Amino acid sequence: MTEKRNIAIIGAGIAGQEAASVLAGLGYKVTLLEKQERMGGMLNKWSKLFPDFSSSQQILDTVQVSANKNLSVICNADISSITKENGRFELSDNSSLKVYADLVLLATGYNLFDATLKEEYGYGVFENVITSVDFEKVHKSGKKLTTLLGKEPRRVAIIHCVGSRDAKSGNTYCSKVCCITGVKQAIEVTRMWPDCEVFNFYMDLRLYGSKYDSLYLEAQKHHKVQFIRGRLSEISERQDKGLQLKAEDTLQGRPLRMNADIVILLVGMEACEQNADLCRNNTLDLDENRFFKSKNIHYARNISTQPGIFMAGSCICPMSVNETLESSRSAAFLVDKSFRSVQVEE
Amino acid sequence: MSQFDFLKPKSRQIEFEQFDDRILTFVLERERSFLTCISCGGCTATCSAGNLTSFNIRKIGLSLRRGSINDLSDEIQKCMFCGKCTLVCPRDINIRNVVLLIKKRIAQLESEKTL
Ligand SMILES: Cc1cc2nc3c(=O)[nH]c(=O)nc-3n(C[C@H](O)[C@H](O)[C@H](O)COP(=O)(O)OP(=O)(O)OC[C@H]3O[C@@H](n4cnc5c(N)ncnc54)[C@H](O)[C@@H]3O)c2cc1C
Ligand code: SF4
Ligand code: SF4
Ligand code: SF4
Repeated sequence: MTEKRNIAIIGAGIAGQEAASVLAGLGYKVTLLEKQERMGGMLNKWSKLFPDFSSSQQILDTVQVSANKNLSVICNADISSITKENGRFELSDNSSLKVYADLVLLATGYNLFDATLKEEYGYGVFENVITSVDFEKVHKSGKKLTTLLGKEPRRVAIIHCVGSRDAKSGNTYCSKVCCITGVKQAIEVTRMWPDCEVFNFYMDLRLYGSKYDSLYLEAQKHHKVQFIRGRLSEISERQDKGLQLKAEDTLQGRPLRMNADIVILLVGMEACEQNADLCRNNTLDLDENRFFKSKNIHYARNISTQPGIFMAGSCICPMSVNETLESSRSAAFLVDKSFRSVQVEE
Repeated sequence: MSQFDFLKPKSRQIEFEQFDDRILTFVLERERSFLTCISCGGCTATCSAGNLTSFNIRKIGLSLRRGSINDLSDEIQKCMFCGKCTLVCPRDINIRNVVLLIKKRIAQLESEKTL
């Protein structure tokens, strides 16, 4: 029986790390490859997580891979190619790095939508227009959200579906996590500034997860957050740097204009641009949203269209932290199962 | 007439049994994108005519999809064909063309004296 026990995992976000711990624990030789200097992925950017305001750092600490003789971690390894030769996969970055493995697990996560592309919302031009990612940064710093001039905001508007469900942005799918992020951040704004009015502008509220609706209730009951059903058509800046929003209040059936001190754009999750590179020289495929395509959306979500390559976490589709970790463990299980079945055949 | 007729104001119900699809079908055959409207109101928010008058392009589309075409022929004249609605629509619907088709169909029906 030949020993086929080498696994390469691309991406050391929470998905990659969780799978690495499980598989190294089972005795496989795991190489975890991360393009950034440090592991953790997007969770490094978040302050408190929905739906329970627990700290993102706490999840990072829990998931953090520990030293293990079966595990080697290589950072600053931006993998751009996967080829299969003589029954083995060869992974390489744009320099001289080469990693060989019997099976590969993709855990490359997602990119954030670039809000400057929605020109009509003025991100990058109007200084009081920020994104949900910028808000996390402020919250994490322990400071309070203020206008550019350092003033307390009297009114904050939170805009849903920025770069998601929008043919104009090229993303027609729902990013799933931004509605609940919008509700969470609305609460956080009013916790910072109890007198501040917060308005969420949505097309549909999609609070799909367990305990998400109770956060919605909390926002209404205890924080007087108001929800307006209407898509913003544009934001303009007044001379005093205050903002003016235009939308239709569709439930009233009338156009609406509103002044706000700060606008938060809930940016969506996009597939990594590099996914296309990783699909070259093999039979990996992308789905219509440019995320990695599963062999079957029901029973083989972690299995790619290239035999021997598996997938975990938000490189499959937008996912929350708990979904990502579940996806990751399920991928690890399938990798283990795949090794076992090969050995039985041999 | 019953003496209690004053208690029965004109029904506010949407009568689906009286669904009039004569304009809707015409529009959908020629502008398929109109099928995907989600009534987000982006178009109305930016609409040139809607900011000056009671004109509401989203509601017009919705009425059509509910098979109600009463009072449409006057209302639709308010559109200024500026095309701004089409630029913001998240579903990439060619709304300006929808308006054009509605007008065309109304003109047809009016010439047949069936509207
Ligand atoms: C604004 C916002 C707020 C959020 N807040 C919450 C929240 O409060 N609660 C919650 O449950 N979820 C939240 N989420 C979702 C959460 O961020 C994801 O569930 C989580 O990040 C998914 O983890 P991941 O490991 O799949 O991907 P990522 O976090 O994206 O990690 C992927 C890793 O792979 C690396 N990588 C990518 N490509 C390569 C490559 N080619 N070679 C080597 N390395 C590579 C990346 O550098 C990164 O480290 C939020 C999302 C957004 C957009
Ligand atoms: S989760 Fe909400 S804000 Fe995000 S894309 Fe879906 S509907 Fe829009
Ligand atoms: S902007 Fe498009 S999707 Fe939204 S209401 Fe108007 S036509 Fe419908
Ligand atoms: S084309 Fe007509 S409906 Fe569209 S924005 Fe201009 S006036 Fe309004």
